[in-house]
This record gives sequence, C-alpha cells and structure tokens, in this order.
Amino acid sequence: MATSSERSPPPFPEDLEPEPDEVGDQDSDDGEDIFLGTDNPLEIKMDPSLSASDITSSTKPLSEASSPPVMDLLSEPASEASSAPMVDLLMEPASEGSSAPMVDLLMEPASEASSAPMMNLLMEPASEASSAPMMNLLMEPASDDLKEPPKPDIDPLADIINDTPLSEGKTPVAAMPQEPPSDLFDDEPSELFAEPRQSNTAKQQQTSIFDEPDEDLFSEPLGEASKKPQNDFFKEALAPVAKASNVCGPLSDNYNEQPTDIFTEEAITTLPSAVSTVSVNSKTNGVHSDEEEPDIFAEATVELSLDSPRNDRKKKEAAKPSASASAPAPSVSASASKPQPKTLEEVQYITLEEEVEDKFELNISITNPEKVGDGMNAYMAYKVSTQTTLPMFRSKTFTVRRRFSDFLGLYEKLSDKHTLNGYIVPPPPEKSIMGMTKVKVGKEDNSSAEFVERRRAALERYLQRVVFHPSLLQDPDVREFLERDDMPRAHNTQALSGAGFLKMINRATDSLSKMTIKMNESDVWFEEKLQEVEAEDQQLRKLHIMVDSLVGHRKELSVNTGGFAKSVAMLGSSEDNTALSRALSQLAEVEDKMEQLHQEQAASDSFCFAELLADYIRLLGSVRASFDQRMKTWQRWQDAQNMLQKKRETEAKLLWANKPDKLQQAKDDITEWEAKVTQYERDFDRVSATVRKEVLRFEKEKARDFKKQIIKYLESLLQSQQQLIKYWEAFLPEAKAIA
Amino acid sequence: MGSIAAQLFSGLSRDIKSGSSLGSVNVDLQTDATLQVDISDALSERDKVKFTVHTKSTLPNFKQNEFSVVRQHEEFIWLHDSFVENEEYAGYIIPPAPPRPDFDASREKLQKLGEGEGSMTKEEFTKMKQELEAEYLAIFKKTVAMHEVFLCRVAAHPVLRKDMNFHVFLEYNQDLSVRGKNKREKMEDFFKNVVKSADGVLVAGVKDVDDFFEHEKTFLLEYHNRVKDASSKSDRMIRSHKSKSPHCLIISTCLGKFFLKVSELFEKTRKIEARVAADEDLKLADLLKYYLRESQAAKDLLYRRGRALVDYENANKALDKARAKNKDVLQAETSQQVCCQKFEKISESAKQELIDFKTRRVAAFRKNLVELAELELKHAKGNLQLLQSCVGVLKGDT
Repeated sequence: MATSSERSPPPFPEDLEPEPDEVGDQDSDDGEDIFLGTDNPLEIKMDPSLSASDITSSTKPLSEASSPPVMDLLSEPASEASSAPMVDLLMEPASEGSSAPMVDLLMEPASEASSAPMMNLLMEPASEASSAPMMNLLMEPASDDLKEPPKPDIDPLADIINDTPLSEGKTPVAAMPQEPPSDLFDDEPSELFAEPRQSNTAKQQQTSIFDEPDEDLFSEPLGEASKKPQNDFFKEALAPVAKASNVCGPLSDNYNEQPTDIFTEEAITTLPSAVSTVSVNSKTNGVHSDEEEPDIFAEATVELSLDSPRNDRKKKEAAKPSASASAPAPSVSASASKPQPKTLEEVQYITLEEEVEDKFELNISITNPEKVGDGMNAYMAYKVSTQTTLPMFRSKTFTVRRRFSDFLGLYEKLSDKHTLNGYIVPPPPEKSIMGMTKVKVGKEDNSSAEFVERRRAALERYLQRVVFHPSLLQDPDVREFLERDDMPRAHNTQALSGAGFLKMINRATDSLSKMTIKMNESDVWFEEKLQEVEAEDQQLRKLHIMVDSLVGHRKELSVNTGGFAKSVAMLGSSEDNTALSRALSQLAEVEDKMEQLHQEQAASDSFCFAELLADYIRLLGSVRASFDQRMKTWQRWQDAQNMLQKKRETEAKLLWANKPDKLQQAKDDITEWEAKVTQYERDFDRVSATVRKEVLRFEKEKARDFKKQIIKYLESLLQSQQQLIKYWEAFLPEAKAIA
Repeated sequence: MGSIAAQLFSGLSRDIKSGSSLGSVNVDLQTDATLQVDISDALSERDKVKFTVHTKSTLPNFKQNEFSVVRQHEEFIWLHDSFVENEEYAGYIIPPAPPRPDFDASREKLQKLGEGEGSMTKEEFTKMKQELEAEYLAIFKKTVAMHEVFLCRVAAHPVLRKDMNFHVFLEYNQDLSVRGKNKREKMEDFFKNVVKSADGVLVAGVKDVDDFFEHEKTFLLEYHNRVKDASSKSDRMIRSHKSKSPHCLIISTCLGKFFLKVSELFEKTRKIEARVAADEDLKLADLLKYYLRESQAAKDLLYRRGRALVDYENANKALDKARAKNKDVLQAETSQQVCCQKFEKISESAKQELIDFKTRRVAAFRKNLVELAELELKHAKGNLQLLQSCVGVLKGDT
C-alpha cells in the first residue's frame, strides 16, 4: 500500500512548467499542426476527436463510451498536446495489466481518505463533488455513460491501448508530449496530496520521476530561483525547449514510463466519477471550478519555485532507489542519467547568452556576392560560410550559396514560429527594388558595388544576430539554412507578389486592431519598457536622418575640397614667385588628399554608423512586435474570460428556466471556456516572461553592438585625423620656405 | 524678425564692445610710430555698425596726439572713393575698400531658428542659438578687421597718409554727413564702369613699351581670375564645412540618450571642426578675398597707366598733326607735355607700387599659410587626443 501510494501522486507537483516547454517543444520540433493548435482551440478540438475516433474505430462496441472521456480530457490540455500523447499514456498501464494499478490506486486513496480532499471526493463524490475542477470533465462523460457502469470505461481504454502501439511506432515524437495531460491532473492532486502529507515524500517523488525537467529548472538559475518565482519559472521553461528537442529521440521510452503514474491517477478519477451520480454534482460545478483553478495553479507555482534546488537534488538521489522499487524503475534511472550531459550543454547556451564576452562557437561570414543570371531575372548570390564547434552541426565548416530571397524566407519562417511566443526575431535588411534594379540593369559602377557591399554586410549582421539568439539557433530551419546545399526557393518574398499584398493587408489589420485594444497594463515594467522602446525608436530615427545628412554634407565637402584643390593648383601655376607657387601647389596636393580623406570618412560614417542605426531601427520594430504579441495574448485571454462570463450567465438563466437538456450543453461550454481561460492566461504569462527576457537580452546585445560599432567608428575618425596631421605636417615646411 | 532675434542682436551688440582689437590683420604693414590707426571699438545696431576709430599720432597737422571718432561703413567708402577720384593718386594702388558688413545670412538663419523654435527641444534650441551667436560674432569681428586693415594701409602709405580727407576722417568728431550714393549717381557709376571696362579692353590691347608692365599686366589679369576662382571655391568648401556642424550638434544631442561619453566627444569634436572651418575662413578665404580686391586695385592702377599711355600717344599724334598744319602747336605741345608728365609719373610710382604689392603678397601668403597649417595641425592634434581618450574610455569600461 505504502509503495503504491508513493508511486501514484508523484507526477503532479511538478508539472506546471513542462507545459510551457511543451509548446516550445513542439514548435521547434515538428509542429505546424501543433502550432495551429495553440492558436485556436477549435482546431485542437478537431484533432483529438479525430484521433480518438480513429483509435476507437477498431474497438467497435465501446466507441461511444470511450470517445467522450478522451475528448473531454483533452479539452483541457488540448492546446498544448495532441491526442497522441494521451494515447501513449493509456498504453502503458495496459502493458502492465491495466486493472492492477487501478485497484491499487483505489485502495490507496481510501487509506488516506481523511487527509486528502481528493479522497473525499472519491469517497463521497455526491456530497462534495466540488473541489476539483477536473471533476467536471470527468463528470460529464460519466453522465453520458450513466447506464454503463465503470466497466465500459476501462474496456475502451484497454482497447485503445491495443491500438496505440501503431501510432507509437509511427511517431516517436508523439510519445514525447505526454506531460501536458499529466499536468492537467497533476496540478490539483499535487496540491491536494502534498499538503496534508509530509511534503517530503511528495517532493521526492516529483523529482524522481520528473528528473529532466527538474534538472533544467533548478540547475541553471540556482541563485535566482528564490528571488523571482514568476520570472524564473518561465526562464526555465524556455530552457527545456531547447533540450526537449534533443532529448526526444533517445528518451521516448523514458517518457513512456512516466505516464503510467499519470494514467493511474487519471484512472482513479475516472472511475469514481463514473460511479457517482451526475445530478448532484452538476450544480456546484461552475462556482467551484472557477475559484479553484487559478488558486491551484498559483500555489503550485509558488511552491515549486520555493523549493530549494539543492534539496531537490539530494532528494532526487534518495528518490531514485525508491523509484526503482516500483515497476518503471530502470527506465527512470536511465532517464536520470541520460539527461545529464544534455543539461550541461544547455547550461552552456545559457552562459553563452548571459556572458557578454562569449566564446563564440559559431562564426558566420558572408562573402563573394555574385551576380547570377541576366536582365530582370538576375539575382545576387552570397556565399554563407559557417565555422562552428557546436555538436549540432554535421561538420565544423561548411559553405552554402544563398540568394537574398532565401534570407527573407528564413526570416518569414522564423517569425511565423517565434513571434507568437514573444521572441524578438531579428529582421533582415529591407528589399530595395531601386538598388537591386540598378544592380540588375547597371554596369559595374560605383554605386551598385556599394549597394551590394552594403547589403552583404547587412545580411551578415542579420545572420549573426539570428545564430546568436540561443533559441533561434536551435531552430531546424536555421540549421537547414546554414547546412543544406540545395535550398528550396523561398516563395512569397517578392515585394510585389500577391502574397506580399496579402501580408500588407494583414499588417494593416494588425495595426488597426492594435489601436483598438486598450490594455490596462498590470505590469509597470512592461509599460515603462514599451515607452522606452518607442522613445528610443524616435530618437534613433532622428539620429539616422541626421547621420545621413552628415554623410551628404561630408560628400559635398569632399567635392568642394576637390574643386578648391584644383583652383589652388591653377593659382599656383600662375604665381610669379617660385617659392609661393611651389607652396601653393603643395597646398593643392594637401587639399586633394583631404578630399580623399573626407570621402573615406563619409563612407565610414555611413557604413559604421548609419547602417548600425538602420539595423536597430528595424530591430526595434521587432521588439515592438513582441510587445504587440504580448498584448494580443492578453486580449485573447480577456476575450475568453468575457466569453466564460457569458456562458455562466446563460447557464444561470437556463438553470432558472429549468431546461435540463440545454443545461448540459451550457455546462460543456463552460468547462471548455474555463479550460481556455486558464490556457490563455498561462499563455499570456509565458509570453510576458519571454518578452521580458528577450527585451533584457536585446538591451544587452544592443549596448554591446553599439559600443563595438562606435569604437570602430571612432577609430576610423582617429585614423583620418592622423592622416590629416601627417599631411599638414608635410606642408608646414613648404609654407615656411616661402621667402 | 521675431522678438528672439531682436533680443539676440541687442545682446550681441553689448557683447561685442570689446571685441575689436584683432590680431589677425591680413596684410603685412610696415608699422610707423608717427601715425597709428586702429578701431578700438565697434557697436552693432540694427543694420549699421559704428566703428570707433582711434588714432595716435605725432604728426603736426593733428591738434592732439591721441583721439577717437565714431565712423560708419559709408564714411569708409567715401574715403576710398575720394582717393580713387583724386588724379594725384592715379599712380598708386589704392587700398581696396572694406566690404559691406553683411549680416543678412545670419539674420536669415536666426529667423529660421525662431520659426523652428517649437519643433526642437529646448536644449537643441539653446545650442543652436549659441551657434548662431558665435557665427554672428565671427562675421562681426571680420568686418571690423577689414575696416581696420583699410585704415592701416592708408596710414602706412607714404602718400595717402598725408591726404586731407583722411585727416578729416580721422579727426573730425562730428558726423561727416556723407550720404550713400543715390540712384542717379549709381547709374553714373555703372556707366562709368562699363565705359571703363570697355576702355580697359582697348587699353589692354595696346602693346606696352615697358616689359615690366607688360609682364605685370598679363600676370595680374590671370592672377585676378585665378584668385577669384580660388576664393569662391574656398568659400564653398568652408560653407559646407560649416554646415556640417549643426548636424553634428543634433547627432550629439541624440546620442546623449545613449552614450554620454560619445555625445560629449561629438560635442567637442564639433567645436573643433567649427574652429577649423573658422580658421580656414580667416586664414585662407579672407586672404584670397583680400587679394582678389587688391589685385583688382592693381589692375585699376595698370588701367590708369594704360589710359595715360594712350592719352600720351594721342597727344603725341595731335602734336604731330598740329606741327604739320602749324596750327595750335603750343596748345598741343603743352597737352602733350602734361600727358607725358602724367604718364611718367604714373609709370614711376606704379612700378614701385607693383613691386611692393608683390612683396606684400608673398609675405601675406607666407604668413597666412604657415598659420593655417599650424592651426590645422593644432586642431587635428586636439581632435586626435579627444578621440584617443574617448576610445580608451570606451574600451576600458567593459
């Protein structure tokens, strides 16, 4: 009894975080569809139901009974996880003999009934149906199958389990995202169980089973963990993203292990709920879930972040044996050992990001711009060479040829994926029809060569910014861009194409909706930062214009100096006095050199300074985009809350009107929207944290970039001054020689 | 013009009271203790400038040893014109008249500044205003210097210094009540100039008897054109150099938001650049401009001599004719005598004047070019030091 009780609760306390990972995970890994999922719940709903029906289709008789529960369960984690993981979850217990653990679990709650509210639920579901929101989920399915006793519930599960191996075989990835579902159940129980019990055991468990996430979470931000719970939380959450993708392949079995526990938990809940009568529960549902859910999450968050990482580590050690005592032991320990190196690697990324003097493991240079083709179809191809020591690349050095639209395509891909999460995706240089046409049509003249060089430098800076971003570096598209020899031509990057037009319209509507959203900012930091960014943007623009005109003036000065040099030379030639004539022609020479100097200086003005400013004006646009993204998530959350409110009202009305048939529908809606509200709130928090982190990173980067460039610029000024001194020093004796 | 402008100008006129004794005299003058003239003070009022001309002299024709009078630009012009019109001085290079005080450009800028007051920050506005004030001050000082140079040249000239008009100009402590030329006189002047230049072409076509003058003539014609060209080019160069500085200014204020140190640097280098431009202006452009006018004066001298020569030749012809006809011989003879004398006199003094002009010119160019080079060096070194220290600081605080 004791062992089983230990086994079952563990998963929960943890699981809040893995969730955020999950989304990131799927992004980086494979998932357009999953992505869509996060976007709009509707799609997700489709997914699970589809897969569920797929699964159940083989198990004919029970399909009705089984599919609803699956769906409902999914409805909550829906946005984070596809149905596949669920299936995997279910699979495990089956192999072990599904009935056994369930029985255990059922027993165990009983033994501890007095302490845990959950237990109460199980014991007297009718009277106290309240506490756990999840119950709602479970209740409804139950109501559907009211007539059929618990048995059918188990059966479909078993059937599904039989089927799922297929799905598992197909996609190892699918096995990975199991955490989200567990999450659903974990959160609450963890609270419920952990408190009454000695927290010790709870923690032990949590660490032992969830060792990977744990490690990530606590190993890196050691010091910070206690200071800013919220913030850390998401920082950590980010880290696993990178890791999870690495881990997914080899560790899939490891993940399979964990779910067993999760599933058992789930099983407990489903069973009793099925037994309990719906009628009693139904009323309390709405009220309770509303209050409880946020609370539970909040508490879970706090609790986790307060855990001192050291303790956790120790406990983890202690927990290992205990874990191994139970069935899934070997795989757990395996997982415990495997993640270790990965985490190390990850720590490296973090340090890379945090230290300003980085040991840059990736060096990218763009060289050899080359004109390919003729006429209007001509384009410039650039050689992108990469030098790296990072293990994620196949070789240490490699070179590919890319054209400008490929760079744009990369950006499109990256921004599609990452902007949603609040990342600041560095923008590529703008398309310049004017400049490019000149290059296409024009001969090899000065201005087009300058244009190409300018663009080459801009592209190089752009790529370096991308790979310097720890999250973007992990993106498969980036890797592909750097490594793959034949890149499929990027579409929709033409400025004048239909897609471009669509993009323009989208942008317009975006900015329109931005204006309509009135966000009452809860976080002063964001408010201040946004204002700062906007002010900075304006300043930079002004500065850019000024630097441009400075460049213009310098060029003018150079031309005028040239003119003066010529006329001084003429004057010298017509001068009677030989010494004076000589001095004047010397002066003409000096002025001639000064002309050169001014010209060079103008070039360095525009290359070092104006380009830097242009870059940062674009980057600030991205920063604002990430702020906007945060606002959008917030808006979605608010909308969902409003919707929930409406649903509740209709429910109340229906209740009052006593229309039980519609009431059920209303309840479904409410649970659905509740899930969405939580989901969106979490999304919002996650995006906020990402944005915050990204902005801080951006600022650090910016300071460093500016410093580097300005030093470079000043050095160029320095050099030209030195030249100037040399010239005048040479001239002085000539002037003195006039007699 | 807005109230700011008025306020600015009134403020300036106060500032400038002591801003006259300028060391940067463009021309090399032999100093003579018997008559020293300088402009001890100048006052800017609306559209005229009042110069206080201070004289120190041991010459007996002055009542006192030391005295000052207030003179305006028009009175300087009157003095110059009286020299030009005096036949006595035909054989001398008349020192070129000082250019009109020209504050229009900076007034215009000031007006623009007043209009744009709302569109810039207070910080920028005050900086711009200071800039303009400095510019105005520079023009002002230059104007004063030009007038002073004119007086000094006259005072140093062995013949011109004894001129009555000059003495009146220096001593008479009332308004000379010279008026600007009216329209009719201006028209006359214009016609005179046209006739003169047409005549000048005719006269220039006459082959000179004296090789020295022939050479000087061709040289001066060419030199004048070249100097004119160089002067306009240098003006343009300096103007573009100057126009850079307000941009640097705004850049520095913008940068202030990001890098205090770099902004400071920009501010300082901007000042240095402005100084470079101002010095180039003073040493190079002004020199060229002065020699533009001086060479014009020399050309005028040559013209007068040429004219006299033509007159002399005509008189000779008339004498021959008269002799042939045996009619009015005496009259023709006297006029021939007069022309001959005049020509001889002009030739004699002109030769000396032109040689003087040459030595003066070489000395002035030498002095200015050396000073220019030294100043450029000084500024470049200052700039270099600034940059070095700034780069050092930036590299230091990592």
